[in-house]
Amino acid sequence: MIALKTFKKGGVHPEENKISAHAPIQKLPFPKQAIVPLGQNLGAPSKPLVKRGDEVKTGQLIAKAEGFIAANLHSPFTGKVLKVDDAIDSSGYRRPAIYIDVQEDEKWEEGIDTSEAVVREIKADKQTIIDQIKQCGIVGLGGATFPTHVKLMIPDGKKAEYLIINGVECEPYLTSDHRLMLEKGEEMLIGIKILMKALEVEKAIVGIENNKPDAINHLTELAKQYVGISIQPLKVKYPQGGEKQLIKATVNREVPSGKLPIEVGCVVSNVGTAVAVYEAVQKNKPLIERVVTVTGKAVKKPSNFMVRVGTPVQMLIDAAEGLPENTGKIINGGPMMGKAITSLEVPIVKGSSGILLMKNEESKRGIPQTCIRCSKCTVACPMGLEPFLLAKMAKLSLYERAESEKIMDCIECGSCQFTCPSNLPLLDFLRLGKNKVGQLIRSRK
Amino acid sequence: MSQFTISGSPHVHGEESVKKIMYTVVLALVPAILVSTYFFGIDAVRVLLIAVISCLFFEWVIQKYLIKGPVTITDGSAVVAGLLLAFNVPANLPWWILVIGALVTIGIGKMSFGGLGKNPFNPALVGRVFMLISFPVQMTSWPVPKPLFAAGLTDAITGPTALGLLKEGLDAGKSVEQILADPSMPAYLDRLTGNMSGSLGEMSAIALIIGGLFMVWRKVIDWQVPFSIILTVFVFAGIFHLIDPTFYIDPTFHLFTGGLMLGAIYMATDMVSSPMNISGKWVYGIGIGLITIIIRMWGAYPEGISFAILIMNAFVPLINNSFKPKRFGLVANKK
Repeated sequence: MIALKTFKKGGVHPEENKISAHAPIQKLPFPKQAIVPLGQNLGAPSKPLVKRGDEVKTGQLIAKAEGFIAANLHSPFTGKVLKVDDAIDSSGYRRPAIYIDVQEDEKWEEGIDTSEAVVREIKADKQTIIDQIKQCGIVGLGGATFPTHVKLMIPDGKKAEYLIINGVECEPYLTSDHRLMLEKGEEMLIGIKILMKALEVEKAIVGIENNKPDAINHLTELAKQYVGISIQPLKVKYPQGGEKQLIKATVNREVPSGKLPIEVGCVVSNVGTAVAVYEAVQKNKPLIERVVTVTGKAVKKPSNFMVRVGTPVQMLIDAAEGLPENTGKIINGGPMMGKAITSLEVPIVKGSSGILLMKNEESKRGIPQTCIRCSKCTVACPMGLEPFLLAKMAKLSLYERAESEKIMDCIECGSCQFTCPSNLPLLDFLRLGKNKVGQLIRSRK
Repeated sequence: MSQFTISGSPHVHGEESVKKIMYTVVLALVPAILVSTYFFGIDAVRVLLIAVISCLFFEWVIQKYLIKGPVTITDGSAVVAGLLLAFNVPANLPWWILVIGALVTIGIGKMSFGGLGKNPFNPALVGRVFMLISFPVQMTSWPVPKPLFAAGLTDAITGPTALGLLKEGLDAGKSVEQILADPSMPAYLDRLTGNMSGSLGEMSAIALIIGGLFMVWRKVIDWQVPFSIILTVFVFAGIFHLIDPTFYIDPTFHLFTGGLMLGAIYMATDMVSSPMNISGKWVYGIGIGLITIIIRMWGAYPEGISFAILIMNAFVPLINNSFKPKRFGLVANKK
């Protein structure tokens, strides 16, 4: 047997717990009221175009991109704008959002193709594709929510060689990308073709961890029709979905410290983003819904839902047959990088990939002990850093030294803290350190 | 207020804990404990029990009455220190010397630096070297092993170790050949299985290696440290053996006598006092190997691994500072 490809440095293998892998994607009913946060993308929040009392149609532009790294926002529902006001989002902060009173019978904005028919022929040229992606508010659906059209604008002097599609889903529990690859494989491949055309690349590689053999087989079969797209099975290892790790695993190139993937001729995008790109370009459909996994060891019916942005988390949990009694923590995202949320009113946004309910006993951290210098964190770090040292420097406010020890290379994957036998909150301190060093770097400019 | 727990990611934790690591080491020591019990009988049990109980007792007293902090004697680290201390002494050592050794191990070696994780030196070796210098006669009077159920021999016979014989012989101007022909020199197979005079735990190389492989498999130690020590000793001793075989004994003799295996596998690999990064572990291991052979060949003591480990322990902060892991993205890309 040939050893499967993977990235070489560091990494851990948490329990996979993909308990919702066999649950087909179901449509979720609409909420009575939707809360659509304005800051759903990395970069500047969108600027609202509607005000209290305005009638909105599904797919109508309700907030505009402002700035370079920014994205448009469209109404996920038909209804009336109740107000533009602050709302608690998954970060735990109150941030501006558009409240919409949802009406049952849906009216779509004109020009949007809502049929299920697959449109295979790609008519749009490079510039039209980028404009259309920008227009439709497409952002990276892997979690980072970086505006996709910005990624497609290759800086002068650089050339993309590979499009790498992230179908790794290395986070335990989450299965939204897995289901999407199984159920929307064709749309995804057309989306990849569109992205390839926009980037002017000949080769695209879809990296999938081999704990999803059904997706690998299905897409390998489908990809025979699409020239230039190859499906690459990968060994299961966290954090393979990190873009630097994925590039290393698929094409064996290392993105230099502090640089973007284009430096080594790669552009990375997620499978969900590819489907969204297909819908934007072929169907003129803006990004207003996504697949969200609702899962957890005590959840009665672990599921995958097609959810409109702005739907409160409560509705997803209800659809998965309710909040288990002993729920101790609710996580927006996966267990390694997701954020614990404070309230069930928090809305689903473009970057939400899953809702994980943890039992009370699972949700508490172990009592921190002293560092025994076992170096397991250093071994686990996929970036070759020394987490124990960086955490200590952050604790002692030695920010200049932390900077020279490459703290800004940390991708916050949490492998160090996961592996620490002394239960030390390493990533908490690394985040603090990164924040302070970031301020330091900005203050020099 | 939210009724849910709010904390930063990651929200799951691996299987490892300090306790698990420590008790894995204890488990890895079981084969060697059985071998020493086989050769020294009740004396081995006596030494092991006194050392472990004294280490636990002193840790408890110091944490409760001197530091007045939490008592963590159940974490297993004091048990490991006690076992390793016992492994480093002769089976007939008077109990009170052992108790003093335990006090030095836990008190000076570990707690005075702040307890687990803070000690720069391997605590058991601090205790061992203290005893060796303070009680040289008792610490170097080695009982001849008397296998369990073997008839004849009385308990009181003591004899020199293989390394001791070598040193004495060479000092007296004998050749290696003459020394090896001495009837009290253990035969090759006995050196491998541990049927020779020596400290409790340095008897059987095979039992120690089994435990070592178990620890490597359980990822409690990295293979680089023991491997680099053993390799260095073999190569260095081998070079001199090739130059002058009448004065320098063959390198396998060095590998299977004295505390080399015990030191390389269990003492030098102590997480707290050894380097954190792979390249550093090589430097550290090579350093220990070199110093050990230098002491054994030309030093005043027949055995040098304890001193070698302590000396290299002192270099660990410098090694950690100079030998960093390879950062991701700092290598030149080949297109």
